[in-house]
Amino acid sequence: MQETRNSINNIWGERTPYRGKWPVRVDQRVCEEPDKWVQSACVLCSNGCGIDIGVKDGKMVGVRGRKEDVVNFGRLGPKGLHGWVANNSKDRLTKPLIRKNGKLEEASWDEAMELIVKKSKEIIEKQTSLGIGFYTSGQLFLEEYYTLGVLGKAGLGTPHMDGNTRLCTATAAAALKISFGSDGQPGSYSDLDTTDCILHFGHNIASQQTVLWMRILDRLAGPNPPKIIVIDPRKTFTAEKATVHLAPKPGTNVPVMNGLLNLIIEAGHINKEYINAHTVGFEDLKKIVSKWPPERVEEVTGVPASKLREAAHILGTTKSLVSSVLQGVYQSMQATAAAVQINNLHLIRGLIGIEGSGIYQMNGQPTSQNTRECGADGDLPGFRNWGNKEHVQQLADLWNVELDKIPHWSPPTHAMQIWRFAETGSIKMLWISGTNPAVSMPELSRVRKILQKEDLFVIAQDAFHTETTRYADVVLPAAIWGEKTGCYTNVGRTVHISHKAIEPPGEAKSDLDIFIDYSRRMGFKDKDGTGLIKWNTAEEAFEAWKECTRGRPCDYTGMSYAKLTGGAGIQWPCNEKYPDGTPHIYTDGVFNTASDYCEAYGHDFDTGAAVTEEEYKAIDPKGKAFLKGADYVPPHEVPDEEYPLWLTTGRLVYHFHTRTKTGRSKDLQDAAPDGYVQISEQDATKYGIAEGDMLEVTSRRGKVVEPAKIGGIEPGTVFIPFHYGSWDNDDRPRAANELTITEWDAVSKQPHFKYAAVKINKTNGFLHKVSDVFDTIKDKFKQEEA
Amino acid sequence: MHIGKYIDLVHRTEEDLVKAFKLVANAHGDEVDVYQTCMLLSSWSQKLADEIEVFAKKYKEERDEEPDRLTQTLLKKTRKGGMALLRDLHDLYLIVSEVEVCCTILKQGATGLRDKELVASCEEVERQTKRQLSWLTTRMKSAAPQTLIVAE
Repeated sequence: MQETRNSINNIWGERTPYRGKWPVRVDQRVCEEPDKWVQSACVLCSNGCGIDIGVKDGKMVGVRGRKEDVVNFGRLGPKGLHGWVANNSKDRLTKPLIRKNGKLEEASWDEAMELIVKKSKEIIEKQTSLGIGFYTSGQLFLEEYYTLGVLGKAGLGTPHMDGNTRLCTATAAAALKISFGSDGQPGSYSDLDTTDCILHFGHNIASQQTVLWMRILDRLAGPNPPKIIVIDPRKTFTAEKATVHLAPKPGTNVPVMNGLLNLIIEAGHINKEYINAHTVGFEDLKKIVSKWPPERVEEVTGVPASKLREAAHILGTTKSLVSSVLQGVYQSMQATAAAVQINNLHLIRGLIGIEGSGIYQMNGQPTSQNTRECGADGDLPGFRNWGNKEHVQQLADLWNVELDKIPHWSPPTHAMQIWRFAETGSIKMLWISGTNPAVSMPELSRVRKILQKEDLFVIAQDAFHTETTRYADVVLPAAIWGEKTGCYTNVGRTVHISHKAIEPPGEAKSDLDIFIDYSRRMGFKDKDGTGLIKWNTAEEAFEAWKECTRGRPCDYTGMSYAKLTGGAGIQWPCNEKYPDGTPHIYTDGVFNTASDYCEAYGHDFDTGAAVTEEEYKAIDPKGKAFLKGADYVPPHEVPDEEYPLWLTTGRLVYHFHTRTKTGRSKDLQDAAPDGYVQISEQDATKYGIAEGDMLEVTSRRGKVVEPAKIGGIEPGTVFIPFHYGSWDNDDRPRAANELTITEWDAVSKQPHFKYAAVKINKTNGFLHKVSDVFDTIKDKFKQEEA
Repeated sequence: MHIGKYIDLVHRTEEDLVKAFKLVANAHGDEVDVYQTCMLLSSWSQKLADEIEVFAKKYKEERDEEPDRLTQTLLKKTRKGGMALLRDLHDLYLIVSEVEVCCTILKQGATGLRDKELVASCEEVERQTKRQLSWLTTRMKSAAPQTLIVAE
């Protein structure tokens, strides 16, 4: 194996200090000298680094960062450098499987697809298409999501389609829509090259977007380094570099932000001109935050008033500011309300739409931006507004179907509700693509129960056997990254093309081919009786998608496969006006809030109630951004005598999602082989726990057994990484989501993974007993797999 | 002066709502968002009831001899299932609407009396009532198609 650096031991590599233009550093790792390099982009986090895939004799042999790409200038993180080996795994799914007499047996594509079609038609006959739901991913390509979106909305006509993006980025989209009228990040990664201050809110960027963190580390090592403010209950790698680190109790993000905004407004560190010209709602916001003096914030959140003042002074006086927000906010109480306060901060300071200042309502997954854009998360494609009849008509015209075919009578069904409909039996078929809900959803015992329901027909489309495929009635083997061509868009609106480098294994097919095949077999037609899906290849799908985006905020019309091939990624909007894409949007302070253009009419923060078209038109901000405040609502579950500790969950630097890929890289797996429970020194002493002791962690919903890891966390809180399920180790229950709670944010509908009340016990002899319980379940799985 | 009668009506209906929202929350605890939002809206009604109570003392709340027309018939027993949820949300909507009407009338009286505090309280009731109705509408609209067409 040849590698330019050891990214396992040194996650971020050598420093290239700078301010201005980020220098190139090419990271490469190959097991053999490739005979060709194929252009792609990394799919192991939302950063979207340009990557070349090395191929020799039709086999993937390595990767290198693309030096010309604006996202990474050649760098790659540990997941990017190592994760590709999963493509070559011996245990890839290579044939469709159908459950017969309780066992999954190999079948032909014809048999599998005909069974799905037969089931679909039976359900439609009895329940209409409301009996069918789709649960997709943040891993497919843009062309695949769009095809799925069209067949779901204009073929079947079901509103029940969402992605696991509901678990990771729904709040990003919701927060952007609430403040600016539509999805789409205002800034650009290049803002980091010159900014004076960076705020990370619930975002452990050092672990989650390692390459973006390299950019920040290089700024910190260069001239005029930026100040860093981190809001996170844990002392993460990111927090270690902070100028000021605020560590609030779980569930108290809104009070912290209200406290900061209050201090900034009180000190007069606001841009009145910008507020007057480009926003609405300042007085209401001021009224709400004025109730949060630092002393009250300290009482509720545990953040010392002096630290809050220090942070507010920096944020109030910096000349430029880049903020990033992620799961610590999105998966916690008052998710959307808290995320929106970051938008408010930038708006009241006028730090938006200019170089050096940007907002990143971050994404978790590499292609989740496309799930949102293309309508595979239930939203209408092209950031169209389901409440606006004209927007729906545009789609009906584009697809040549009747307006009423497209479900638009109420908000699209979010994932948690789709699962609820399956639980109560009104959804009879659930088509899961590219995701593993049996590990990633909250309250896993419930998820397993639903997947096992007799009256639910489950399709799992994946590259590997997962904890979810165990329950599937049909398993479809999917081609993955490197084995198909398509595009995807990172959190910075940067679109990359990923060319097919190698053939998929066995009979595995791209998700695009599978969806097109389903649509044809179902006989979905347009008004003139010709096939609904008018494309056969990824490039044709991309061309169709371009038309769908014309005139919308995410305008792709100026792009093409040819234009995306060869150089760097391109940031939308890319059209006649911006032929080379756009680093910043909202440069003129005009936002997408006009009533005829906006993607949503808004929601009540506390209840999620949808604002109606009439109500919105009455207050039409016509391009001004909304400043929306929120008062504190305490979490629904708080520690008590029985369950005295907070549990928070999250990711590790070496793994992605449920490790279906990263767990198959020996190096990544060895670097982070197992789950653990992180506990403070104080709590360890209190409970008499030593490092490595096996602890049983129990919530009202389930239990796990994890080794103790001591330190780096506030007393009263414990942390468990969520990656570890049972596909490669079922000796003990260890998936963090056994413990998490079924509830979600009122606006974004994103589940609350970041807090639950738990208790811990040292297992001693008890571990054995727990194993016994799980042995019975294990036996069951073994039977199914046999 | 009969303003006490309408103060009583708003006050009593809000108190009914405190109970009604809790009742629906508990009957449909498996619909997590319904449970949590109904508990929240119940707490709003409690706040409003407390706020109006101050005026009941000031103006001598006049007990309306008529029985509660709505709460007598609505939400008498708890029901389970999808259709029951829809009917319960529908009932809540009607009771909240009763507050809305009562408050419109009360506010007219308060304005005529130049009682700024009572007007402000009426406006608070109007504002929160509108938010309650808005959530009920949103939730009913999303539940209706599945319940009316698919659920068994």
